[in-house]
Parts: sequence; structure tokens; C-alpha cells
Amino acid sequence: MAHLADQATDAPARSRGPDRRGPGRGRGRLSRLNPAYLFVAPAFLLAAVFILWPIVQSGWMSLHDWTIGDDSHKWLGFGNYTELWHDSRFWNALKVTIVYAVFVVIGQVAIGLALAQWLRRTTWYTMLLRSAFFFPTIASLAVTGIVWKFLLDPQVGLVDGWLGKIGVHSQNWLQDTHLALPALIAVGIWKNFGFSMIVLLAGVQGVRQDLIEAATLDGAGAIARFRHVTLPALRPAILFTVVIGTVNALQLFDLTYVMTDGGPLFHTESIVMYLYQRGFVDFRLGYASAIAWVLFLIIIAVSVVQLRMLRFRDDD
Amino acid sequence: MTTEASLSSLPSAPSWVGPMLRGLRRAGRVLAWTVLTIAALATIVPFLWMLGVAFRTPADLYSDPSRLWPDHWSVSGFHAVFTQLPFFRLAVNTIVFAGGTTVLLLLIDSLCAYALARLKFRGQNFVFWTILLTLMVPFQVMLIPLFLTVFHLGWLNTFQGLIVPRSVSALGIFMLRQFFVKIPRELDEAARMDGAGPLRIYWQIILPLARPALASLFVIQFMALWNDFLWPLVISSSTDMRTLPSALTLFSSQGGVDHAALMAGAAISLAPLAIAFLLAQRFFTEGIAATGIK
Repeated sequence: MAHLADQATDAPARSRGPDRRGPGRGRGRLSRLNPAYLFVAPAFLLAAVFILWPIVQSGWMSLHDWTIGDDSHKWLGFGNYTELWHDSRFWNALKVTIVYAVFVVIGQVAIGLALAQWLRRTTWYTMLLRSAFFFPTIASLAVTGIVWKFLLDPQVGLVDGWLGKIGVHSQNWLQDTHLALPALIAVGIWKNFGFSMIVLLAGVQGVRQDLIEAATLDGAGAIARFRHVTLPALRPAILFTVVIGTVNALQLFDLTYVMTDGGPLFHTESIVMYLYQRGFVDFRLGYASAIAWVLFLIIIAVSVVQLRMLRFRDDD
Repeated sequence: MTTEASLSSLPSAPSWVGPMLRGLRRAGRVLAWTVLTIAALATIVPFLWMLGVAFRTPADLYSDPSRLWPDHWSVSGFHAVFTQLPFFRLAVNTIVFAGGTTVLLLLIDSLCAYALARLKFRGQNFVFWTILLTLMVPFQVMLIPLFLTVFHLGWLNTFQGLIVPRSVSALGIFMLRQFFVKIPRELDEAARMDGAGPLRIYWQIILPLARPALASLFVIQFMALWNDFLWPLVISSSTDMRTLPSALTLFSSQGGVDHAALMAGAAISLAPLAIAFLLAQRFFTEGIAATGIK
């Protein structure tokens, strides 16, 4: 508040002074309004309408039977949530999402770590390779999903074309209940390992070379050096890419919508895919909101667990 | 003890052991770089294949799917995508949506970030903590009420419906605030002595100095919106108002798809970001590595 007082005492000395004693009280108040509010106002108003209110409203809607077209919305309490608890299609979506997230995150971090370690020196050639590995990260997930859908097509796709050359029978990847989710996981890893590589690269380059040399002198082999020197130094970068990677993977939607439409037989139906079905196909907005809140809680819980597991093991 | 040490400490190690180990190591290095090069090529093969299909005729594609490049180059796919889809309109939609939203967002976020970093006002902490809290909420939570709001405003299938709800970003405010805080305060003080108000300080001192942060935020936001799928899918149901990713998806799920046209469309929709990436890679890698947006 001190600065407000400053302004008030300053005011008479400035040309603005006489205004304050002018006829309109409103004007006097306006000239004393802290200009900071004008800077914050556009963001605050937009955020209030399009971020804060929707969060509250979505929680409120999840407690109602809120169907588009109905005049009134019946209060259900936690009815939507108990229905969700007994909804086998939701449990299936949860399982699909978790399997996808686990494999994609492990895959992207493992490949990213190996590449970051190999490509840590900066030469024109490592920069070229890094760009190639990073390129899928910037491309639209939906558009690359379309490309992959046709790459995996048994008739026109390159994957079966090449596998045929080495004598592997063509597979109907995306229509096979055993292969569809692994195929999505492979595409998910392909899309994301470049991101992990770039994040981990900064970490690898920050590893102190004198520690590596000291370990070498002590007779530590390459694997021991990596485990005891490089890996501990990389922990923040690994933590970041694991948490971000998991949050992204738990929101799986684009790939399955584009490539499999949740099929075959719900084998690739993710939580957000199911939310979309309930909300924008069946128009059960209350139920879909409950799914969104459960997803939110899962994301928070998983992030907290990961933060604890990866942060508080510094002593080994 | 490592193998190396134990070998050299053997009393009667023959003289050829050292050179052989060195040779093995060199062979291993050559092998590693070969594998890395093949892996890098394999990573971009989907994009090369996409280009190859875009320039192929349908008969050519069905005859041998294992070839990357066409025998006869044909631009019929690029022609077809404009006749089978309102492709020009879709491209304009995507540019207006991604570009318009990003510019608006940069302005609104930087104004707010400036007040948070450089000015003092009541409720400052409240605003800052609210921003941090909303950062954690996944977009799907807001999606359904946002859809209702846009519906009630009569904004479905309009540019304002696509743009306005996305034109403020908690992450953007946070990122810019962190950057603005590091700009030396003496610069503001000097400008204030010269009689500059907060708006002039913001526009003539802070923004020019924050160009790297603004460029980074511009690149990642533009990319995220250009690639966005769920939001345009929900807000624009009419073909005329879709953006490229959602329109191409719709097109790809229709029966009797023209593969060349579809891949030509995909190639064109990826091209702007690909070109920008080649020209200004640093902004992409730094921005994405810092925020996790992609």
C-alpha cells in the first residue's frame, strides 16, 4: 500500500494534481486507480470467463444429470461418480490409458536418454541427427496419426510392404485386438522420444567432466560411471520429462481418434476418448465432466507419486 | 576392476592385445554411428513416404507399397486436395486461428506479466497463485463448460469462438513474468525519471528486451494451436470452419479416400512448421524443452 500513498502525496506536484479537485468525483477516483489493474484486467477477465469459471462449472455439472436439450438438470450428488465406479467401459479406458502411458513414457525416456548420451558432443553431424530425431515432436499428432494409419495399412502401407520383403506376413495392425494398442504405443514413442532427448541433452551436457575423470581414475567402468555419476546429475531432467511425458500420455486422444477410433472392440479407447464419446456424441455433459475430474485427480496423484519417487532418492 | 585394467596387469599379455582392443573399439564406434544414422533415417521415413505418396498415382501405390518414391512423379494429388476439399479455406482458417490467437495471447499475457513482475497492486499474490493453480488443471476439465459457453454466446463455428477462449494462457503469463523479473530495474527507474508512464515502460523497454522470451512463446503457442485437434473438433462442426488437422481427419475416415490427395494435404499442413523449424530450430527446442508444450 505504500506506493499508493506515495502517489497520492506526489500528485499535487504534478500536472495531474488539479484534476483531482475537479468537478467529477468519479474522475478523481479514476485518476487514482492503480494503473496495474488496467494491465491485469484483460487477462483476468478472460481467465475468469474461460478458465476459472469453466473449472468451477465443470465440478458443478459433474454433480448433475446434465444432458443437452433437457430443460432442467437433476441433482445427483456423487451419482455420476458412483455410476463411473461401476462402468466397465470406463475401467477399460483407464486400463488402456495406463498401459499406453507406462510403455510410452518408459520408451521415450529410455531412447531419449541413450540418444542424449550418444549425441552429447556438438558437431555438425550430431546436430543433424538431433534435428531428425526431434522432427516428429513438432508435427501435428493428428496429421502424423493419419500418415501412420496408412503406413500400417496392409494394402498400401510401407510397413507391411517392407516386412513382406523379409518374409513376414502382412498384419492388419490397427484392426487386430492384440496389435492395435502396441501399434499406438510405438507411434507414441516415435512422436515423443525427441522431446525427451532434448530435455536430457541439457542435463547430460551439465554433468561435471572432472567427476567423470575422477571416477575413471578410481577404476569405474562405463556402466558404473553412468550409474553413479551421470544418472544422479540427470535426475531433475529425468523427473521433468517423466512427469510431462506422463501427463501428456494420460491425455491420449488424437492418436486413437485418428488411427483406430477407439477400436477394435474398445481395445484402444482412452479416458479422453471415452469422455469425448459421452460428452459430444451422447451429450451426457454431467457424466463427461465427472470423467474429466477423475482424470484430473489421476494426473495429480501420478505426478505427486513421481515427484516423490524421483526426488527423494538422492542418497544412493 | 575393469577388464581393461585386469588385461594390462596380466604378466604375460601378448603384444597384439593392445592394438586389437583399440581396433575393436574403433569398430564399435563405427557401428554405433551407423546404427544412429539408420535410426535417424528411420525416424523421418514416415515423412518421406508421405511425400512419396503425395506424388504418386493410385495405381502406382497399389502395385508396390514397399517403394518410397514414385516411378512417375505426378502432382495430381496436390490438385485433387484442392478440388475434393475446401483446402484453401481450411488453410486460411488454420492461419487465422493459430496466428490470431497467438498474437492476442502474447499481448494479453505480456500485459498481465508486466503488472505481476514490475508493478505493485492489491491482490498481486492472489493473481499469481491463481495462475499457478490453473496451470495444473488439464484442458479436458474446462472443455465441456467452454463448449456450453461458446454455444450460448452463439459462437460455435465462428472465429471468435475458436480464438477468444484460447487467447489467455496461464503458462504464458508465468513464463513471461519469470523473464520480466530478471530485467534490471534500473532501466525502469531511469525511464520513470524521464517521465515515462507504465505503458511506455512496458512497450518501449520491457517488450523489446524480452524479445527472446516472446519469440519462444510465440513459436510454441503457434505450434500448439496449429497442431491442435480437440478444440477445433468440438467448436467447429461445419466443414467451412474446421482447421487442417480436424478436416484432414474427417477426410481420411471417409470411404474411397484418395491417398495422394490426403498425403498432399498432410504434407502442406506440416510444411509451415517444418520450414520454421529448419530456419529457427533453437526457438523450438528451447521453448519445448522449457515448457513441455508440443
